[in-house]
Amino acid sequence: MGSKMAFQNNPPTASRLSQSLIAACLALGIVFAIFVAAKTTSGAMQFHAFIIITAFILGIVAIFNLGNRIADEEHVVSPSGVFYNNSIVKFGVIASAFWGVAGFLVGDVLAWQLAFPALNFDLPWTNFGRLRPLHTSAVIFAFGGNVLIATSFYVVQRTCKARLAGEIAPWFVFWGYQLFIILAATGYLLGVTQSKEYAEPEWYVDIWLTLVWVTYLFVFLGTLWRRKEPHIYVANWFYLAFIVTVAMLHLVNNATIPISFVEPKSYTIFAGVQDALIQWWYAHNAVGFFLTAGFLGIMYYFVPKRAERPIFSYRLSIVHFWSLIFLYIWAGPHHLHYTALPDWAQTLGMTFSVMLWMPSWGGMINGLMTLSGAWDKLRTDPVLKMLVVSVAFYGMSTFEGPLMSIKAVNGLSHYTDWTVGHVHSGALGWVAYVSFGALYCLTPWLWGRKGLYSLKLVNIHFWISTVGILLYICAMWVSGIMQGLMWRAYTELGFLEYSFVETVAAMQPYFIIRAIGGLLFILGSLVMVYNLWRTIRGDSAAEPTPENIDNAIAAQALGE
Amino acid sequence: MSEKELDNVTGVETTGHEWDGIKELNNPMPRWWIYTFIVCCIWGFIYQFLYPSWPLINDYYKGYFNETQRDIIGAELKAIARDRSVFTERIKDADLVTIRNDNSMFEFAQAGGKAAFGDNCAPCHGTGAAGFVGYPNLNDDEWIWGGSLDEIHYTISFGVRGVHEDTRLNDMPAFLRDELLTKQEIDDVTTYVQSLSDRTITSNTAAQELYIDNCSTCHGEDGKGLREFGAPDLTDAISLYVTDRDSIIDIISYSRGGVMPTWRGRLDEATIKSLAIYVHTLGGGE
Repeated sequence: MGSKMAFQNNPPTASRLSQSLIAACLALGIVFAIFVAAKTTSGAMQFHAFIIITAFILGIVAIFNLGNRIADEEHVVSPSGVFYNNSIVKFGVIASAFWGVAGFLVGDVLAWQLAFPALNFDLPWTNFGRLRPLHTSAVIFAFGGNVLIATSFYVVQRTCKARLAGEIAPWFVFWGYQLFIILAATGYLLGVTQSKEYAEPEWYVDIWLTLVWVTYLFVFLGTLWRRKEPHIYVANWFYLAFIVTVAMLHLVNNATIPISFVEPKSYTIFAGVQDALIQWWYAHNAVGFFLTAGFLGIMYYFVPKRAERPIFSYRLSIVHFWSLIFLYIWAGPHHLHYTALPDWAQTLGMTFSVMLWMPSWGGMINGLMTLSGAWDKLRTDPVLKMLVVSVAFYGMSTFEGPLMSIKAVNGLSHYTDWTVGHVHSGALGWVAYVSFGALYCLTPWLWGRKGLYSLKLVNIHFWISTVGILLYICAMWVSGIMQGLMWRAYTELGFLEYSFVETVAAMQPYFIIRAIGGLLFILGSLVMVYNLWRTIRGDSAAEPTPENIDNAIAAQALGE
Repeated sequence: MSEKELDNVTGVETTGHEWDGIKELNNPMPRWWIYTFIVCCIWGFIYQFLYPSWPLINDYYKGYFNETQRDIIGAELKAIARDRSVFTERIKDADLVTIRNDNSMFEFAQAGGKAAFGDNCAPCHGTGAAGFVGYPNLNDDEWIWGGSLDEIHYTISFGVRGVHEDTRLNDMPAFLRDELLTKQEIDDVTTYVQSLSDRTITSNTAAQELYIDNCSTCHGEDGKGLREFGAPDLTDAISLYVTDRDSIIDIISYSRGGVMPTWRGRLDEATIKSLAIYVHTLGGGE
């Protein structure tokens, strides 16, 4: 223990050896990428090879630059004697805000395309089919992933009282992840996809993400290993479950055989319904472990921190954590009800989804009840309001999910807009709101500001977005249930009452309402970006700030 | 590690853990939460007992009810087919005029035809059957291949330029590409074709002769078209394609021809007959 403490109390250093080794690996990568660029017949692959070459060259420069910076820089030591790695979290905050807005924007373009198909512009790159994975990957992986990486790097350091493990490794995780995003996104636009929902990137991008993700796991584990606290905080359990499970899901669902090492195309090793089951085991647990477990990690740190209240129940957190982890992994088959998937798998998927209801709600209870004794703060602190409403949306979505997994309900809801509405009540209401809350907390803390530029703007953001979300999900409920009912409407002679295209025409007004809702959500996020930017600049709108928030932020900003 | 203490707001003991200022209360789990969780689990296991659920080495547990979706849907489809067979059997065997004149069969065929039209024909001809550019309007009395019940039935059954050997087939020559006419001649004949439907346009006898020599075999000397060749009437203002001058020049130069699928084999005979009846009543039936 003693030597470890001493190590941590020294300013961080980067070893010349590891710098050189990693730079050599990147150089090898450059050679390989040049070879691929020369041999490939695919323009998209060649383009990606050039992106990789550029990124790796920048990476080599950055590695040595980082070493010099670490040696030269004066490190701020926190009151507890830890040199926290704050810069990486700062980058994460900026990347999160950037990808968030980008992803929302593409989503709203898609919403308008659905209402007015002419907006596809008859171009391959702007076609719905290519923009759709761009949107889902941008919001889930680019926005959500950056928020998770940034917050996990912040939370694990603070709750372990230890500097992030490694000096180059965390930066490799951050920039490597951005490279993954760029390769995936440009690939979609150029038509490179393995056509698996939420796992569209082709084999070479998957391999790159694997390297990044395993490094992420080691950075996280390494920091836990160095911790100066006797126990591991619950937020870190959730983060760790998220990192480990996503690694497993990614490896299994992306098991493909490339047609050549210089071509982007590959074939999955699973066939037919087995491939479908693997795909939905992956996709549902991406929801479960990426968008639920990971973001519960955020909730477990930022809600008690912002409310300045203890977590409601330690026992509940243990039981709901393990039951959630155990049950979630079974629920995937509910995406394949009434398909070629064998009955037994459908039954298991459905029953485990219903059993999952309470384990999911354990997180909601712990989040909401943590506010007992601090409910009055909701009146004065819009950031806390956002966090609490996110937990409420989480509760609603995790009730709706098991409900929709029941076969009788699914028979109506499946393939309709109801599913889209359900996803977005979780994505906008829960994932995005808890992320916004975390970004609002982190920005003044990291940049050492006394508070946000303007709490009023947070409140405006909250209300614009909330109206947007409500427009979105209500429109999708109505449209989805109407669509499901129209599909199953029969005439008295036993013929289908409506043709498919009539159901589409009937949904158009709701498509427009949804697109307007999305537009409001984007406007809200732009208000946030402005607010964060002014906060980083050190401005203040000079509003009277409630004392409780001021103190909380000031204490955090000291570096603790 | 900090000491266990009492939270002064709720009076509940903490666990004594503290991370970055965050403590935990030692509250019990809410009773209703535990009970609801247990009830959900019990319900789940009962459901798994009743229905196919757990995989075994070479097989799976079939469930107390021993029923599968495949059996259920199979039985449902059979029941529907049985209910409908009263009509479908008769429609299958009856000739179209008989169906048209029999009230009960006509009503059934209309309903079935409308449903089948929406799912199979509407993507090209539109839900209201008004067509689009390149896809004929079925509401008017302009027919390329004929508008009687039997002709409509034939077109639906075998399609146009479809995969069946009896499919409706014609091939307008590409007069420029195949070097049958020069650009100037095509320009002249275009003026003549336009003059057939537009009295404000005048043409000359040279152009008329070009028309007679090259086009009249199929489109007729009067330009009113010949259905046995599927050659459209050029004298009315109705056209399958855009009728501006450049488009007509384009069609004469390079030819055009859409495809309608062969529906025999994809739809059963009763449905095809119902479709013929339905399309016939849309407005232009002969």
